Amino acid sequence: MSTPPENMKRRRLLMAAPLAAAAVAGVGFWKMLSGMQRGSFNPHDIHAPVLNRPVPDFSVPDQAPGQGFGAQDLRALTQPVLVNFFASWCIPCLAEMPTLMALKDDLPLWGIAYKDRPENAAGFLKHSGNPFTRLGSDRDGRVGIDWGISGVPETFLIGPGGVIRWHSAAPLDVDTIRGTLMPLLESLKKS
Amino acid sequence: MMLRRLSALLLGCALLVAPALVLAVDDPSEMLPNPQEEARAEAIGSQLRCLVCQNESIEDSSAGLARDLRRVVREHVAKGESNSQIMAWMVQRYGNFIRLSPPFSLGTLLLWSMPVLALLLGLGIAFFSYRTRRTTPAAPPPLTAEEKARLASLAKNAGQHDTGRPDTDQPDNGHTDKGPSA
Repeated sequence: MSTPPENMKRRRLLMAAPLAAAAVAGVGFWKMLSGMQRGSFNPHDIHAPVLNRPVPDFSVPDQAPGQGFGAQDLRALTQPVLVNFFASWCIPCLAEMPTLMALKDDLPLWGIAYKDRPENAAGFLKHSGNPFTRLGSDRDGRVGIDWGISGVPETFLIGPGGVIRWHSAAPLDVDTIRGTLMPLLESLKKS
Repeated sequence: MMLRRLSALLLGCALLVAPALVLAVDDPSEMLPNPQEEARAEAIGSQLRCLVCQNESIEDSSAGLARDLRRVVREHVAKGESNSQIMAWMVQRYGNFIRLSPPFSLGTLLLWSMPVLALLLGLGIAFFSYRTRRTTPAAPPPLTAEEKARLASLAKNAGQHDTGRPDTDQPDNGHTDKGPSA
């Protein structure tokens, strides 16, 4: 009787295969979904290739009430700066403003008004408060394309020497600032 | 009066059909004057993902960013840059994600080799199942004495069943596969 146990083994293996496949798929889905809930995984995220690269060549003219800036200004930095693309026509930007106002004491924020009329952007900042120490205007959105943005608001953390250290394509919130941005800032300041 | 209505109707129909015929280039001033260059720009644009509506090409999308990127593509085409130069310009800013067909690399190896792998797997399964089907009947294991006895009793029971009650609705007493060995 050598054949029946051999057959049984094979049958058990065949029975187990779909179960194992389902288990693997289940664990995968669970990881993805829990990551989506925590915010560590976003399927719509565009993996910015700009990370750990110097800022692109660009310059943005003055946007009232601030002074414009360019790649040279960012590359000359010795301290981290947060660059934020915003627009007066963008509702999430409006929602993000209180968070930026609370953040402006921790590190300098430089703003770029993306595809916005200068008077509208100025009115927006008068209404919501102005967290930016430098302000530029990207009227036709070309600078935004050079930075690889796909919409507003988008935020970049620029390390010393003008290297892009972190990027967020979503409005900043307290969790992101506390959980990601602040630890990163600490490590940048140490090094 | 009648003629005017008819022409209005025809014009309406034409307007309904027209959007299906053209791409999202909704402003003719966007297009390059040279039809050859315009065709090349459209070919490049149809390979670039619109990052706002992520499954559309920039030629198909009417998002603001898609329009801006279309204009950029046309400027580069008018400057006489090659397709690969323009593609590289886009990839430098937006990464490979902007390409609707990803390039062959270590990360996309599994993706690109999947059709070949699936074909090989199918051929393998077909080959093995064909071979086992051909070889199995050639070597039936001989029955043990116990099995022979059980087979004999089963045959006896089946014989009774077949001849005893051909077509009745009565409870099936004789039909059991519990032989004396069980």
